Amino acid sequence: MTREEIIEAKNLVYSKPALMNDNPMHYCPGCSHGVVHKLIAEVIEEMGLIDRTVGISPVGCAVFAYNYLDIDWIEAAHGRAPALACAVKRLHPDQLVFTYQGDGDLACIGTAETIHSLNRGDDIAIIFINNAIYGMTGGQMAPTTLLGMKTSTCPYGRQPDLHGFPLKITEIAAQLEGSCYVTRQAVHTVAAINRTRRAIRQAFQNCMEHRGTSLVEVVSTCSSGWKMTPTEANQWMEQHMFPFYPLGDLKNTVTK
Amino acid sequence: MKGNEAIAHAAIRCGCDGYFGYPITPQSEILETLALEKPWETTGMVVVQAESELASINMVYGGGATGKRVMTSSSSPGVALMQEGITYMAGAEIPGVIVNVQRGGPGLGTIQPSQGDYFQSTRGGGNGDYNVIVLAPASVQEMADFMDLAFELAFRYRMPSIILSDGIIGQMMEKVVLPPFKARRTDEEVARECPWAATGCRGRKNNILTSLSLDPDFMERHNQHLQEKYRIIREKEVRYQEILTDDADYLIVAFGSAARISQKAIELLRQEGLRVGMLRPITLWPFPTQKIKELASRMKGILCAEINSGQMLEDVLLSVEGLCPVAHHGRMGGMVPTPEEVATAFKEKLINK
Repeated sequence: MTREEIIEAKNLVYSKPALMNDNPMHYCPGCSHGVVHKLIAEVIEEMGLIDRTVGISPVGCAVFAYNYLDIDWIEAAHGRAPALACAVKRLHPDQLVFTYQGDGDLACIGTAETIHSLNRGDDIAIIFINNAIYGMTGGQMAPTTLLGMKTSTCPYGRQPDLHGFPLKITEIAAQLEGSCYVTRQAVHTVAAINRTRRAIRQAFQNCMEHRGTSLVEVVSTCSSGWKMTPTEANQWMEQHMFPFYPLGDLKNTVTK
Repeated sequence: MKGNEAIAHAAIRCGCDGYFGYPITPQSEILETLALEKPWETTGMVVVQAESELASINMVYGGGATGKRVMTSSSSPGVALMQEGITYMAGAEIPGVIVNVQRGGPGLGTIQPSQGDYFQSTRGGGNGDYNVIVLAPASVQEMADFMDLAFELAFRYRMPSIILSDGIIGQMMEKVVLPPFKARRTDEEVARECPWAATGCRGRKNNILTSLSLDPDFMERHNQHLQEKYRIIREKEVRYQEILTDDADYLIVAFGSAARISQKAIELLRQEGLRVGMLRPITLWPFPTQKIKELASRMKGILCAEINSGQMLEDVLLSVEGLCPVAHHGRMGGMVPTPEEVATAFKEKLINK
């Protein structure tokens, strides 16, 4: 097969979603954000909701999510994305409204907004990137930092007596009456990426069908913050993050 | 009805799309009245009791960013908590209305009336270089009338506006003529009037509403754009009321409930043959600087009467530019001056000094 034959349109098996523009991403090599952005773009396109979507971006590494996906965006204050989303969805019930938040944003400074949105059962989808560290500010301890894990503000490792315990906010979310779908996924393998895409689609569908709040946690890597190569970071995540943050559905009141 | 109830009824009648609030004395009747009225069944107005003032102002930020007429209300400590959302709205140029029924501070303070949030309201209040439009009602009627005006100004200039009331105006009962009914805007009207809003990018480029820019050059230009907007507002939107200033030798400058008290003090002083008039700023920002300067040039003295330690006094002094003597009389909130007390202070500080 010649190069010309290979690049013929009929042989195309993969393309970038049209929603994703050509702005160079600021994310580090190996970062999970780019993959999750792409999945969101794919699902919005698949569902035909480009002109009915409002995304709420957080404070943290994903603060610039609005630079990469050509949908309408509102950039929230740190932790407040679910409060904005609550209002947007109630004022525009026919729209797809999702927040995109990291662990510091969702599980620390925005804990109250997260819990109360889930408890009110706001018809929104929350995409939660958990990399157990504050990436944007340079690798400080997060609410989800594992015990013993070193960060710039717990340089000798997280100790319960000094720093308290890692917060399993997704487990809390599953207990709340207002949540309809709570799942924990990852994007370190093709199979995992496909499962995450299905989870995001389920969450977005729930939003459009007014089923309650959906939370999709994506256990993620932060090669720069963890000071590892992308490959090492994926291995470390499997060895250390997955035992504490096990993957799978925690709650699904919508489908079997 | 009470001032707080007037706010709620006026909101429903002026095409408000959503209210997001958290209970706090002395303004809880606003949310209570809305809950009783159930506007979601009539006009479709959304009413949400939020988990905190922080959440309610961020709901207003979100709702306003989609071009909807949304509001919140609170009292002083709650409004302090809202400053984060207000500065984000100022930065991202999001309209919305905040009603502050002031109580005494600092801290938890008291549940009784005060005008102690003048600085917080007129100096921006949160981080960064910004202003918000501040309307100061002096009657239950103005509580009702300013609701629509606050929305109109907020949308005209794409910025938050504050109705700065206090526990007296919020709680007192007066006769009120409610504004005529105005329908909520349709989605088509919102799309036409707010082409900047995040409503789903149908037939246009996507809209991004953010207060962030890491490019210092862009950030400075954005700030200059905001300052230019504020300059136009200072030029066009100053509102005030003059009472008996034509023949006046002396002037009392007061706003809100302090203006109501001072109006009675002026009657008492005029009975004694003293020709005293009043200038009541209705917009505290933009402040009627030019008008006060004009009046000062023909006055023998000005008394600034407030229910605080002398906050508006600074703006009065900046306006007067030394053209006549300026005195201040204030009580510290919770404690409210009587008309007799203001009249006595006027004579002691400006006549028999």
